[in-house]
Amino acid sequence: MAQTTQIAVLGAGPGGYAAAFYAADLGMQVTLIDVEKNPGGVCLYRGCIPSKALLHVAKVVDEATHASKWGVTYGAPSIDVDKLRAYKQGVVDKLTAGVGSVAKLRKVNFVQGRATLTGPKSLTVKTAAGDEEIQFQHLILATGSSPTKIPSLALDSPRMMDSTSALELPDVPKSLLVVGGGYIGLELGTVYATLGSKVSVVEMTGGLLPGADRDLVQPLEKRLKTLFAAIMVNTKVVKVAEEKNGIRVTFEGDVAEKEQLFDRVLVSIGRRPNSKVPGLETTRVKVDAKGFIETDPQRRTAEPSIFAIGDVAGEPMLAHKASHEARVAVEAIAGHKAVFEPQAIPAVVFTDPEIAWCGLTEAQAKEQNVDVEVAKFPWGALSRAITVDRPEGLTKLVLEKSTGRVLGVGISGSGAGELIAEGVLAIEMGASAEDLKMVIHPHPTLSESVMESAEVFFGQSTHVYKPKKK
Amino acid sequence: MTEFKVPELGENVASGDVAKVLVSVGDTVKKEQPVIELETDKATIEVPSSVSGVVKEIKVKKGDKVQVGAVIFTVDDGGAAGNGAGSAAGKAAAAPAAAPAEAKPEAKPEPKAEPKPEPKAEAKVVSMPPRPSTALGAGQPVETPAAPPATTPVAPAPSNLMPAAASPAVRRLAREIGVDINSVAGTGPAGRISQEDVKEHARRILSSVGSAGAPAAGGVAARASRPMPDFAKWGEVQREAWSNIRRVTSEHLSYSWNTVPHVTQFDKADVTALEELRKKFKDQVVKAGGNLTVTSMLVKVLATALQKFPQFNASIDPDRGEIIYKKYVNVGVAVDTDRGLLVPVIRDANRKNITQIAVELQQLAEKARDRKLTVEEMSGGSMSLSNLGGIGGTYFTPIVNWPEVAILGVSRGGTEPVWKDGQFVPRQTLPLSLSYDHRLIDGADAIRFLRWVVEAIEQPFLLSLIG
Repeated sequence: MAQTTQIAVLGAGPGGYAAAFYAADLGMQVTLIDVEKNPGGVCLYRGCIPSKALLHVAKVVDEATHASKWGVTYGAPSIDVDKLRAYKQGVVDKLTAGVGSVAKLRKVNFVQGRATLTGPKSLTVKTAAGDEEIQFQHLILATGSSPTKIPSLALDSPRMMDSTSALELPDVPKSLLVVGGGYIGLELGTVYATLGSKVSVVEMTGGLLPGADRDLVQPLEKRLKTLFAAIMVNTKVVKVAEEKNGIRVTFEGDVAEKEQLFDRVLVSIGRRPNSKVPGLETTRVKVDAKGFIETDPQRRTAEPSIFAIGDVAGEPMLAHKASHEARVAVEAIAGHKAVFEPQAIPAVVFTDPEIAWCGLTEAQAKEQNVDVEVAKFPWGALSRAITVDRPEGLTKLVLEKSTGRVLGVGISGSGAGELIAEGVLAIEMGASAEDLKMVIHPHPTLSESVMESAEVFFGQSTHVYKPKKK
Repeated sequence: MTEFKVPELGENVASGDVAKVLVSVGDTVKKEQPVIELETDKATIEVPSSVSGVVKEIKVKKGDKVQVGAVIFTVDDGGAAGNGAGSAAGKAAAAPAAAPAEAKPEAKPEPKAEPKPEPKAEAKVVSMPPRPSTALGAGQPVETPAAPPATTPVAPAPSNLMPAAASPAVRRLAREIGVDINSVAGTGPAGRISQEDVKEHARRILSSVGSAGAPAAGGVAARASRPMPDFAKWGEVQREAWSNIRRVTSEHLSYSWNTVPHVTQFDKADVTALEELRKKFKDQVVKAGGNLTVTSMLVKVLATALQKFPQFNASIDPDRGEIIYKKYVNVGVAVDTDRGLLVPVIRDANRKNITQIAVELQQLAEKARDRKLTVEEMSGGSMSLSNLGGIGGTYFTPIVNWPEVAILGVSRGGTEPVWKDGQFVPRQTLPLSLSYDHRLIDGADAIRFLRWVVEAIEQPFLLSLIG
């Protein structure tokens, strides 16, 4: 006997469960399907959350090390990997169980198993108790993404890791090669380096974090140069081979030593959408050349009863973008005229220092010929940053030249991830530099840098003397 | 070799300063690719190329002032070009236009490259005016085209259109009531759009549609045009973008037509005496630098009539329940140009004599055709005059140039037998059509007005007395 539901949601990551919960809040009958025991998806199980738990520990270790500068000296840290792993697992369990219980409270029907579409209005889930057939009026595909694999790095060895296995923290290897200088590689590299690994990073392009403005990356790069054993840019890995003592890696490019041996190799070269949903061919859903499911601005696919959100529906592959799309799709299903049209999607790299940006970057402004003025406030003039001995940060606003309207915000520094929210709000509200400058910010906090960079636009920053050139 | 010239930049924009040259010699340009940025009084405009090929020579540099029609660069399009249609005209325009790039532009560049028939001495004058300028007279705000101001529609899709400055909640409101957020003019700082701006925009759209058959509640979207049939089914078609002037004309006339309850009254004037007078004083006016045309004489007649009949020199303010009477007398004259209709206004026509009016009209008509009319020169009319007689026609029903309340249409005059003193005599007559706003003017008033005009024309010596 088939179950019927108004909305079925496939995939219970931050896109899927947000969609399911919101639909339930709007009074719809919802079935949420995932292979895990609880909702959470990559973000909670194998992504944002466990990595942040580990990064927090890394930061504590780092600060303890630096404390000797301030007159407080701890001994060298002794790291109990099992306990650390358990702490991280505890965080994951707590959050996933929490989301699971919220699902119950909302009376969302959570089905654990693998789903196969059987048509535009039906699917089957293989559960522990057997096959379950579900008929739906609408389906939201939120199947997420997985780490990209490429043949030159395909080697069946426990020494080879992707972000998932690296987060399982099997051990602290003596040496670790991180392939890919994007945010995942740098975050995990930071964790392992702080725990004691000799970490090398190899990046194919000319710099770390391609896509971010260079002046924001620079403070991080400077710090990573002391934390990491090597940062190799303009370099490609052409071969990996297992040996008795590790993985022999062959490089091509700007690096001097073309062959090096590593205990472990972490491949973090990007993520690929999980659009090979079994049975997708029984619907009219279309997948584009990059593997993303094609959707309209409401996130409706070519099959009118099916929507797609999150990583599987396009870049940027970020949890918060997925949860926003979730609300758009659910509202569209509920008959509202919702569309996905954010003015800014924040991106945060949780390294130390953190880097965060939203809206138009300086590089994009140049590329698109937008007439902007960039107002920068260096944290060397920011009292709060000095008190915590982290003066290397930078806050900058990308402003429309003629009006001072905020088009983009970029922050580099400890806590940038928290600060960027104000930038997103400013852009979404159509705020101008004048607005930001006239809002009272608490002293002494890092948030003052947002206000003061707006003052820089007018040549009137209290703590930076930079008269407006006429 | 093909030349790329400064295209028409939008209403009343005759020239601009080169802010940036986006191509260099040797570059390959494609059609629609932005090639220069021009700063005009109104906006900075990214000008897309209308040609493609390899840039051979760039004739402008940053800071140059360039006129519409001036050559920006030449491209080598590979072929042994030069004999394509229109290239002769292009060459002709190129020579003088290229000069101002380096030399001081003291000699006015003549950007016109129109191989058009000589414009008639009498400004060709046609039915109706595109004129939504800014608040004519007083009263309601005219719907100023709220289209994205930064990039006047030179051509399709400029790349750097800023997204509208509106918060998510405002965007949602706009979406729900069917307003395109990018067409709303923001009144906040830095052009920020408020909920009130969206509502106001919607109200304006609704009122311009007119209340008759008003769409159901929330139905701004309901007003969307009906779907077009696929004309290509029946034969070859060609699509062209609407020019800015055409668009503004369309919006303005639709608004007038939907707002003003029109009545048109016809009459015929005997212009035999007027013609004699015109011939007599013609040379004198030519010496003064004008052309003594029927139009210029009629401007004077209308100016005088407007003083006699104040309700014709008025506007209606329905929101405040008031009629606005104007103490000035400005007469608009519809001028036909190659890019559409323009209506320059002769100010204080009641205080000018016919010679002055003739000279001024001549100048305004030239300016209209040379694209040099300013918005100011097209605003503030009391009543408009549209003379189609140079082309033909018996009578027509002109559309009132809102917020004015009346317009006089003139058709082709001719000689006809008129019964006079017991016999038919040949007389020259002129057909007149008076359209008026029936909200303010009743039929009896209208015919009294028109009879007065006819009699003034028939007794031209009165004209010479008054003017």
